[in-house]
Amino acid sequence: MNRVAVLGAGLTRFVRRALETGRELCWEAATAALQDADLTLADIDCVVLGSAPDAFDGVHMKGEYLLDGAGAKGKPYMRIFVGGGTGVFMVPVGWWHVASGAFRTCLVVAEEKMSSTQPHPQAAFNAIYDPFTERPLGVNLLWIFSLEMHRYMKTYGIPLETIAQVAVKNKRNAKDHPASQVAGDFTVDEIVNSEVMTYPVTRLMVSPVTDGAAALVLANEEFARRKGGKHVWVEGVGWNLDTSYWTNRDLAYPQYVENAARMAYKMAGITDPRKEIHVAEPYDPFAYKELHHLEGLLLADKGQAPRRLEEGFWDRDTLTGIPASPSGGLLGVGNPIAAAGLMKAIEIYYQLSGKAGARQIRRSAQRGLAQAWGDLMQVGTVMIMGVER
Amino acid sequence: MSTMNTELRGTSLREDDLRTGRALATEWIPKTVYRFDAGIAIGQFLAGLKAGRLLGRKCHACGRIVIPPRMFCELCFRRNDEWVELKSTGRVNTFSVSFVNTDASRRQTPQVPAVIDIDGTQPSMGILHVLGEVGDTLEAVLRNVQIGTPVEAVWKPAEQREGAITDILYFRPMGGR
Repeated sequence: MNRVAVLGAGLTRFVRRALETGRELCWEAATAALQDADLTLADIDCVVLGSAPDAFDGVHMKGEYLLDGAGAKGKPYMRIFVGGGTGVFMVPVGWWHVASGAFRTCLVVAEEKMSSTQPHPQAAFNAIYDPFTERPLGVNLLWIFSLEMHRYMKTYGIPLETIAQVAVKNKRNAKDHPASQVAGDFTVDEIVNSEVMTYPVTRLMVSPVTDGAAALVLANEEFARRKGGKHVWVEGVGWNLDTSYWTNRDLAYPQYVENAARMAYKMAGITDPRKEIHVAEPYDPFAYKELHHLEGLLLADKGQAPRRLEEGFWDRDTLTGIPASPSGGLLGVGNPIAAAGLMKAIEIYYQLSGKAGARQIRRSAQRGLAQAWGDLMQVGTVMIMGVER
Repeated sequence: MSTMNTELRGTSLREDDLRTGRALATEWIPKTVYRFDAGIAIGQFLAGLKAGRLLGRKCHACGRIVIPPRMFCELCFRRNDEWVELKSTGRVNTFSVSFVNTDASRRQTPQVPAVIDIDGTQPSMGILHVLGEVGDTLEAVLRNVQIGTPVEAVWKPAEQREGAITDILYFRPMGGR
């Protein structure tokens, strides 16, 4: 397999409602990434696009709709979708296009325009539930997450106040991210005492509805060497899905995330992830999910990620721990679904290449990981990047 | 470049921009109607509910009794073997107290969705349903139900059942409140 280097990245601002259409958002992110890579579209051999349900945009076959903005006219092109897991999954997808030897370069674009559904994308989300055994009960999207969160809390005796600290940390980290939508300084009390949506989930433990796009340029080793300089490389990718019968699962532990992580660790030659992963962007659409995922990623023992949080192990300025969501994550930067996941992968690229500016972590980092999750709470997607060694 | 570009593009709109016409938008209301076929497994399951029976499927290869039922075992990847009638009782695997309606609007009295592990499934398997007779405030619900609480189904009267998951009105703590 060919080694795959990251040559550049681009983001739009993340906002509740963007003036720009999905195509325009794609174009802004794609051109920013090409500029960062010092390339033009002529250097791009293929394009892959990630975007969540067509129902958000109200456009059938959204991949085709967004094609021109993503720079894919007249090129090999495909759209991929695994729900919330899509954004991070775009790195494995881009990776296999290049690692296979089929293409020298790949432009990876992720877009979401969630504001189009009125008054709220909730109605589109409800169609994930089974039409016979679930929808007639009057479902909403938050049910499934609050049920999982409650089971996780009960299994390990985790207080709500501890979980709220994830939102405090990520919203604070996001203050230094130029794309951020819902950054700020909050107290644990403010998070816990914000409006109860679906107990135990309160409003400030949920990521917002967002419009935005992100893009990444990948290239094979020969192409990257010719460009010169030191590069960040994609060292491992993994993905895995659990059963769609979600009420039959162990809700306290995301086994599918562990399976995806093990695939990526094996590819990257990592045997002790707690020592060999130096910065992480675990998926945080809800506050508890960051902790749930850090355990699935084997970066903490089952039920122990909350304790590490209280110790400051996941803080951005830690010297001995593993900074988690230094970007500010979905809870702080925002959640344009596919673009949010790719933003997290891009943060690892920024951190490893020393481009993270005010968000740069203090400990040294040669390897980092991003992870996302989605579909019917059943997909784990993982990518690992490393610096030139 | 030494750091990421901090002048990101993208223009934030406010509701006011749309109301006053500073930004233009259009609306589209799709009139799409779906009719889903219940299928073999769920068709039988719904017929069972209409008759006041809760049905699971058993796989003789791995021994699992699964609910919601399917006609295949996704682990053994073979056609599973027989229908098993289960008691309409179980334990609360997890629950939530929801103040949000299905359209994301706010509700005053909460719904209490729960995953209920049905007695007799092997290993323990849950279905999604709602709890009832547990109070109508957050505090009351948290007082009346816990993860692990044994619950029983409260059925619609037989003549009102229609072969739907809502033929069970809700589950309530065993023996009533």
